[in-house]
Amino acid sequence: MPVVFIPTPMRDLTDGVTEVNVTGNTVGEVIDALEQRFPGIKSRLCRGDKLAPGLQVSIDATMTLRGLRTAVAPASEVHFLPTIGGG
Amino acid sequence: MAHANELYLGKQDYQVLGKRPVRHDGTDKVTGKAIYTADVQLPNMLHGKIVRSPHAHARIKSIDASEALAMPGVFAVVTADDFPDLTEKFALMGEAGQVNLTELAANCLAKGKVLYRGHAVAAVAAANVHIADEAASKIKVEYEVLPSVTWVLDAMKDDAPLLHEHLRTDSMGKKADKPSNIAVHLQFEKGNVTDGFQQADVIVEREFRTASVHQGYIEPHAVVALWNEDSRLKLWTATQGSFNCRQQVAELLQIPVSQVLVVPCEIGGGFGGKITVYLEPVAALLSRKSGRPVKMVMQRNEVFEGTGPTPGSFARVKLGAKKDGTLVAGEAWLAYDCGAFPGGMIGPGCMCVFSCYDLPHAKVDGFDVCNNKPKTQAYRAPGSTQAAFACEQVIDELAEKLNIDPIELRLKNAAKEGTRRVDGPVYPRVGFVECLNAAKNSEHWKSKLSGKNRGRGIAAGFWFNIGGASSCSASVNDDGIVCLVEGSTDIGGTRTSIAMQLAETLGIAAEDVRPQVGDTDSVGYTFLTGGSRVTFATGLAAYQLGLDLQEQMKQRAASIWDCDPTSITVDKGVYKQNGHSLTFKQIAAKIPENQLDPVVGRASVAPEGSTNAFGVHIADVEVDPETGKVTVLRYTAIQDAGKAVHPSYVEGQMQGGAAQGIGWALNEEYFFDAKDQMRNASFLDYRMPTCLDLPMIDTIIVEVPNPSHPYGVRGVGETPIVPPPATIANAIHAAVGTRMTQLPMSPPALWKALSERA
Repeated sequence: MPVVFIPTPMRDLTDGVTEVNVTGNTVGEVIDALEQRFPGIKSRLCRGDKLAPGLQVSIDATMTLRGLRTAVAPASEVHFLPTIGGG
Repeated sequence: MAHANELYLGKQDYQVLGKRPVRHDGTDKVTGKAIYTADVQLPNMLHGKIVRSPHAHARIKSIDASEALAMPGVFAVVTADDFPDLTEKFALMGEAGQVNLTELAANCLAKGKVLYRGHAVAAVAAANVHIADEAASKIKVEYEVLPSVTWVLDAMKDDAPLLHEHLRTDSMGKKADKPSNIAVHLQFEKGNVTDGFQQADVIVEREFRTASVHQGYIEPHAVVALWNEDSRLKLWTATQGSFNCRQQVAELLQIPVSQVLVVPCEIGGGFGGKITVYLEPVAALLSRKSGRPVKMVMQRNEVFEGTGPTPGSFARVKLGAKKDGTLVAGEAWLAYDCGAFPGGMIGPGCMCVFSCYDLPHAKVDGFDVCNNKPKTQAYRAPGSTQAAFACEQVIDELAEKLNIDPIELRLKNAAKEGTRRVDGPVYPRVGFVECLNAAKNSEHWKSKLSGKNRGRGIAAGFWFNIGGASSCSASVNDDGIVCLVEGSTDIGGTRTSIAMQLAETLGIAAEDVRPQVGDTDSVGYTFLTGGSRVTFATGLAAYQLGLDLQEQMKQRAASIWDCDPTSITVDKGVYKQNGHSLTFKQIAAKIPENQLDPVVGRASVAPEGSTNAFGVHIADVEVDPETGKVTVLRYTAIQDAGKAVHPSYVEGQMQGGAAQGIGWALNEEYFFDAKDQMRNASFLDYRMPTCLDLPMIDTIIVEVPNPSHPYGVRGVGETPIVPPPATIANAIHAAVGTRMTQLPMSPPALWKALSERA
């Protein structure tokens, strides 16, 4: 199962748990699984059917803006990070 | 560790990459024939002028344009009311994420309140610039002046003047229960920082402050807008992203993107400051209202007062190490201002502050803070320079306390493949260790520096370098010249670096590719030129395009030789099959002779992730203790470019970034008076370095291939601005023993610090 690293400011919802294995083949499914375990986390991560503004996902060290439809492998690491642009 | 997107070909014998061909746009640039936006002239064109706020913070009570509109030669006036209703509207703008359109519009023309001196309030279009100037002066704006705040820590206080009454601090989706200027609170934590510091033999903790600085591009913002009778809007503009400009304007005016055509003109510098729109939607509104094309060109003071500086910042950084130099814990508390509207550079600042080091335990807190400055914008590696100024000085101080060579301390703790960053992800193959070793082995580092008040400093820096969507297309002419159209506006020589990657793939000379930047109707979607992404991402598109063209050339050769295309081999641009042999140019010439289909190729890509570029800089300085003036005696920039496509351009980027970073270090700053008004909004008083202030900046290019590019390209444009302020600060400390914790380290600031110590 993919391992999700819980963002530090959201650990109030996970009772301090920092990493968790959940099922899911996409980021969206992973978030749904997180929500089942930690109610309220989805509304912090998403706005409607999209990731919340200013957030991106990192899957196995690859930052992606494909959002909830991004594929997640069973051995993947999932991180939620601020978006990055550049000059 | 194998990289998930391993594309690197491992090629060693490049024909084109690594060479230094004459730049394709060179003749136009040096002869003054390149067309910039201000050069565009259209029949019946009007000239627009912005009315700007004289106050740092005020409520707009009324705007009366009647006197201006009554003037002969005045055609239109627009205010925020001319924008459509954008309440609660957000737009997903590619890799930039979701953008609040209400705030974007309000930054172009203030609605209800002005939030910084120079904030645009209204605009007028007139027959010439003189009438426009006079008309602007006759637009009467009545203000209720409000208290203002420009220093980031002051803006965070509970009793600070509030810029946005509705703003609540967002902490990863959790909103605070009372209004605040703090838009965002971020936090990253790795391991247990309390336990980590308990393992430390030495701990260093310091606080740092940096002033706002401007990107300082030579060309002011400019646009020509033509709103046609068929409702099509055409914009000629200086932008870092023609497609991003198109989308911003379309969203702000609530019209379809296909109704907007953006023609990117040559650009006189951007460095991150020409990504957001300022004039474009305003000129469009004026054009629609007047029925004429409208040109708008900012003056220098408007650029300083009305466009994005990079954040002023406060940082507190604490690091702990064992006696042998092993870092055991780090803690950072960063507050960056974002100016008038939320959405600054705190995210990357937090992610970069410890990005050079392998820290087992760390915690980073970051705050994005609104204050009465122009909305901050990106500036080369946005957020990273301020963070490195803090972290790299603490590292230097640790090295001093532990009596360990500063390069050895960095080598001992350097981030490398497999290192987990504080924000979570693990690095793939990166070149920081190689950069440090190149510094260690450099003639500069090995040389002896002697003399009173002289010192040598070293510091490191990191920037992610992003991917994103890129497109290009090309056609093959009868003479074998390949006409390349790409979507990346060229702010740093990327036409050539893209053309070279296409040439390399095809096995032809760089001079046989004619690159041009297409408008938004002429080429596929391409994300902006920024994030050091173009040579990497658009270069990847050019590689794919080369493969497409090569395949088509094989098919044409197969038609000529009457054989199966798969039986044809290609080596260095020579196509061979069973004793036949033709060069790329020879096949191109035979296509019309044989009535074969023309060769037209295209490619589009959207690589993800970051290509991770590290740099290490060394500076020798001399301090004049009488005046506090710092003279940079010698400077070397070392950087991992992955693969230097055109080494002269790479060197130029490293030198340019270092020069800007040295300016940031030593002189540049926004001076605000007691009313929070900028008092040095000209190049006379805003002190950017000139060639007389700098030594030749030596460069050492390190090439650790990026696994996610066929030629190993990483991108180079941003990292070189990250190390200079810390490098110079460390050199000053080595010279006179004073630790400078505030930018700029200008003569008055250093003189004061030296005097206080005395």
